[in-house]
Amino acid sequence: MLNMEKRLVGLAFLLVWSAVINVTCGVELTFELPDNAKECFYEDIEKGTESSLEFQVVTGGHYDVDVILEGPSRQILYREIKQQYGQFQFTPEHSGTYQVCFSNEFSTFSHKLIYVDFQVGDEPQLPGVGEHFTAMTQMESSSQKIHEDLNSVIDYQTHHRLREAQGRKRAEDLNERVLFWAMGETLGILVIAVGQVMILKNFFADKKK
Amino acid sequence: MFFNRRSLLLFISFLSVLSFTHGLYFHIGETERKCFIEEIPDDTIVTGNYKLQLFDPRTGGFMPSSPGLGMHVEIRDPDDKPILSRVYSSEGRFTFTSHTPGEHVICLYSNSTKWFSGSQLRVHFDIQVGEHAIDYANVAQKEKLTELQLRVRQLLDQVDQIAKEQNYQRYREERFRQTSESTNQRVLWWSIGQVFILMIMGFWQMRHLKSFFEAKKLV
Repeated sequence: MLNMEKRLVGLAFLLVWSAVINVTCGVELTFELPDNAKECFYEDIEKGTESSLEFQVVTGGHYDVDVILEGPSRQILYREIKQQYGQFQFTPEHSGTYQVCFSNEFSTFSHKLIYVDFQVGDEPQLPGVGEHFTAMTQMESSSQKIHEDLNSVIDYQTHHRLREAQGRKRAEDLNERVLFWAMGETLGILVIAVGQVMILKNFFADKKK
Repeated sequence: MFFNRRSLLLFISFLSVLSFTHGLYFHIGETERKCFIEEIPDDTIVTGNYKLQLFDPRTGGFMPSSPGLGMHVEIRDPDDKPILSRVYSSEGRFTFTSHTPGEHVICLYSNSTKWFSGSQLRVHFDIQVGEHAIDYANVAQKEKLTELQLRVRQLLDQVDQIAKEQNYQRYREERFRQTSESTNQRVLWWSIGQVFILMIMGFWQMRHLKSFFEAKKLV
């Protein structure tokens, strides 16, 4: 029976470990916020877990959105009005449900495309790393450094892609608008030219009677 | 051991519930549809984990599991063709690999048959793209890699993703350049065309009016 209890304690230890590991996660989402709408995302965070929130408006209107980050007791941790880009890092002092809300209620007809990056805790380590208690060899520590540098390269690439998407969508919009404007104006000129002649003829026709 | 077996088992079952809660969640109506956009290069793996919970009006909270409920997952590629359109159970994961670079749209909605909005749903959602989607514990076990080998494998995957993204960037920049050149052309043709149209209409107007006045014997 002692063996069984040892196994159960081992399992409990493993589950505590995995529960701690599972608290660390991060998600990047891009979603469309319709006009006059508010979207909220919730996350349960343990106290002391370093978290960060980043958002960027990719397309839509004047490229601005309202953001509010609230803690478990509804206290406002971070608030921005009509911002295009923002980043906020925080370490929660209380465990609970944190919510971040994006509001487009000030806009009447432009829906916005918003990118959110909500990271909770550090990135989960590779299995096996950090488990033994000897110091890391030079090879291990330089490969760790390379990994962190590559993480920031990927991060820079994401930011570059978002900025470039903004410019590209604007250009595509402009291209479409130029076509419609050209067609509309041609039609307008034709209608006005023919209309002028008709009206003028009308003036003279009346006089004859 | 001073823990008795019962309390230990209770503790373990509590912990196993804790370990399986996903991170981010949001609320949608039962008939509502929520879409996310992923702009990714081609040949990239995307994995999504989700869990659906139905609002329980009796307790005022959300039921821990709702077996009858399903989640319809629809994924469209940049050309608006559906890649994946399936109903999964209330908790699960889906994976797809992109074949064209661009904006993929992932839409989630429950397979509820109500006509107007029913109760609220809580959706736990997690989406991982590219090398974040790879489970290294699995890879280490299957291929029996040492720690350093696993780390090198991770670095290789990261560099691969970076190279794909750079290639996608080149493709996007080409599209942007084409759009700008097309706008330039359109503006040029439009301004030339406009001058011609104005001249022709002016000419037609004068000729038409002249013949009109001559017919009326005013000229």
